[in-house]
Amino acid sequence: MSDTATKAPASSSGIKLPSTLSHIVSDLGKNGIFLALIAVVVLFSITTNGILLRPQNISNLIVQNGYILILAIGMVLVIVAGHIDLSVGSIAAFIGAFSGVLIQQVGLPWWLAIIGALVVGALVGAWQGFWIAYVGIPAFIVTLAGMLIFRGLALITLGNSNIGSFPEEYRALGNGFISFAGPDAAIDFFTLAVGALAILALIVQQVRTRNGRKKYGQAVDPTVWFIAKMAFVAVGVGAFTYALASFKGIPVTLIVLAVLVMIYGIVANRTVFGRHIYAIGGNRHAAELSGVKTKSVDFWLFVNMGILAALAGLVFTARLNLAGPKAGDGFELEAISAAFIGGAAVQGGIGTISGAIIGGLIIGVLNNGMSIMGIGIEWQQAVKGLVLLLAVAFDVYNKRRAGASTSR
Amino acid sequence: MTQNILEMRSITKTFPGVKALSDVTLEVARGEVHAICGENGAGKSTLMKVLSGVYPHGTYEGDIVFENETVEFRDIRDSEAKGIVIIHQELALSPYLSIAENIFLNNEVKGPLGLIDWNRTNQEAKKLLARVGLDEDPVTRILDIGVGKQQLVEIAKALSKEVKLLILDEPTAALNDSDSDHLLDLILHLKGQGITSIIISHKLNEIKKIADSVTVIRDGKTIETMEHKDVSEDRIIKGMVGRDLENRYPDHTPHIGEEVLRVEGWTAHHPQDPSRVMVDSVDLSVHAGEIVGIAGLMGAGRTEFAMSLFGQSYGSRISGKVYKRGVEIKARSVDEAIRNGIAYATEDRKMYGLNLIEDIKRNISMASLRKLVRMGLVNDNEEYKVANEYRESMNIKAPTVLTKAGQLSGGNQQKVVLSKWIYSNPDVLILDEPTRGIDVGAKYEIYTIINRLASEGKAIIVISSELPELLGICDRIYALSEGRITGQMPVADATPEALLKLMTLEKQR
Repeated sequence: MSDTATKAPASSSGIKLPSTLSHIVSDLGKNGIFLALIAVVVLFSITTNGILLRPQNISNLIVQNGYILILAIGMVLVIVAGHIDLSVGSIAAFIGAFSGVLIQQVGLPWWLAIIGALVVGALVGAWQGFWIAYVGIPAFIVTLAGMLIFRGLALITLGNSNIGSFPEEYRALGNGFISFAGPDAAIDFFTLAVGALAILALIVQQVRTRNGRKKYGQAVDPTVWFIAKMAFVAVGVGAFTYALASFKGIPVTLIVLAVLVMIYGIVANRTVFGRHIYAIGGNRHAAELSGVKTKSVDFWLFVNMGILAALAGLVFTARLNLAGPKAGDGFELEAISAAFIGGAAVQGGIGTISGAIIGGLIIGVLNNGMSIMGIGIEWQQAVKGLVLLLAVAFDVYNKRRAGASTSR
Repeated sequence: MTQNILEMRSITKTFPGVKALSDVTLEVARGEVHAICGENGAGKSTLMKVLSGVYPHGTYEGDIVFENETVEFRDIRDSEAKGIVIIHQELALSPYLSIAENIFLNNEVKGPLGLIDWNRTNQEAKKLLARVGLDEDPVTRILDIGVGKQQLVEIAKALSKEVKLLILDEPTAALNDSDSDHLLDLILHLKGQGITSIIISHKLNEIKKIADSVTVIRDGKTIETMEHKDVSEDRIIKGMVGRDLENRYPDHTPHIGEEVLRVEGWTAHHPQDPSRVMVDSVDLSVHAGEIVGIAGLMGAGRTEFAMSLFGQSYGSRISGKVYKRGVEIKARSVDEAIRNGIAYATEDRKMYGLNLIEDIKRNISMASLRKLVRMGLVNDNEEYKVANEYRESMNIKAPTVLTKAGQLSGGNQQKVVLSKWIYSNPDVLILDEPTRGIDVGAKYEIYTIINRLASEGKAIIVISSELPELLGICDRIYALSEGRITGQMPVADATPEALLKLMTLEKQR
């Protein structure tokens, strides 16, 4: 028996400082993308003289980027499986227009229109999934075609005009806030309570996970570091909810997003379906020969992407209170950028929901910060392109270095 | 002074940890057809790669003398410039280019402006095709002609380079009988035109038909070179296998129980070319606690048989019956095969066995995730525990089960693959080349694991290119040739010679 193989996981008491320190360094290294987000936030807080962190702006950041973040959740899974989806912007536009028709012309109640729109989103996804999974056409081609097809369908649905003025409940999806404070109150205590509850739930969940791992003899963060991280998260979430509470309360978009992140985080890590996505992306042949039904996974992945694209389309339409022909333009590129900035691998097999969300937030902060600074759209484009390139280059460089030191 | 066109003197080639060639000597007379025989992995291909410059001068020891001049090739272009052309088993043709384009690839016929002269290209190609007896339009795309004709295009390509020494690596392995005959005739015809050939083959009747002399290689060493008049199958086989069997295999006392798996009339066709029968009505049975070997040369259909059995993961138009403990089972997908208690560990772990960018834990759980599901969710703590148990019981040398599979050595990777399949709790385990590419110590560990599984009552099928390995660990061995079972024998009666005879038994023509 090898002597290195049987060593128990390092003691988790966390008193030995040197090992704790090296653990912290390696942990920070693994979460480099999170540090990058903090760096970007700090940078733009300075260059915008603090405007970036004003309550109203923080609230806006979420609402303005909500639909991109929703798309990024689906996109990162598609990318992990080794595919890509270029059609999500067009699908969002089509579904937004379709929901408008359901409400304005068919006269359906808002909730039925939303359900109908999501169902059509699923059908659109099934259409693309069919060609990709069962006919075997590369996703790049199918979704490139889809980008044109659904943009066309959006225009046909709109019939050369905009559809505007949606019911208030529908609009809440993009514009609504949940708040119980009166119009004069400086702060919404309901929002603060929700924030406190979220912090508590997060800590309880983390402690339970940590205890579970310890029980099974797995290595965990040293106690000191764990507490520090929890404290940091508590302060961060606390400050964030305080900002929301002193503006209008909790945006409905944020609630939608939070629910999605929770559900998809579990799907990706803890369900058989999620594991199969990673297995396919890592080595499709090996996954197939391990009994993974690769075609079925591919198919449902695109059905899911269709639903999320539809949801993003609804949120966007609700926010503008308008379904127009240019809706969703370029969404696919922002969502793809978010996934890659968040550490997804071009070859597939690697990528996380949280990474994609943070990647999306980095793009959002860049957009927002540069807009506040009065930088023109042309420079914003160029900077975002450069950030994407550098983020992926950094990733590739890191991997090569790691590969060189461990390859045999 | 000598009439030898080629002399390779004391060639030694070492790879990290392995001596692939050790003091090999090869002499080829001008104008002859010289055959090289040896088992899979004996060093034939390595020797040819040294000769053709794939392994450049300086990465091996020894001298190559070609046409009475010591040569030092830096790459294939160097050797081709001297007139040495190698045709690999996997043809190096570009499928979407025409015959003529392929023939002159990287050797293009150019006009005055440096542009390709297509008229002359096609005209020259036509002449070359006539020399190899291929009646095809030079503008035909490669993918539109069969493998046999593609082989001829390769030879035409060699002729375009004014070849003096033509090396053919298992040229008939993928050909049908009439194409094979045509190719062999062509080699003799080229000999009449003064072209020397080296042909690597283990089809003994072929060698007897065309070779003027035969060199036998075993374990990276030259065993002997014999003249045509001395060539006999027995002598070649003895040369190929006659190694001393050390105690490289753990002791194993079989406790053979009831029949677990029976396969009847199993037939599978090539997935792209359904007219080619790859597995031809195979009958086979395995009992609980029994280790059954399948011996066959490369291309005999061993992996094709195993994979077609494993949820039809290979082949088309598959027919035949499979019984488990007397009950017929139908496994049309890998998932169904796993549910029916069949496991298949692939011969190519990196391509087909492992997710190299994922950790040991997730590789082990891959085929049995449903066992870890509690209330719809994968219990990752349990997964860690299971993986850790396998890390200890299989002696996987890694700091934790969170180590990526890609960072492990070949032997440890193989243990991860075996862990994956053992965890799926199969009744039948098919192990395809379980010790390929791993060092001797790890091999012994793998054999021990196989023995342990057998003693637990599993039915085990081992596919191996190494006869000593099969003879060392199996209870019973089937021989496979051209997709057919040509015989079986209990290991007590089996000798390498007897097996090789069955393995090279060809269909009556």
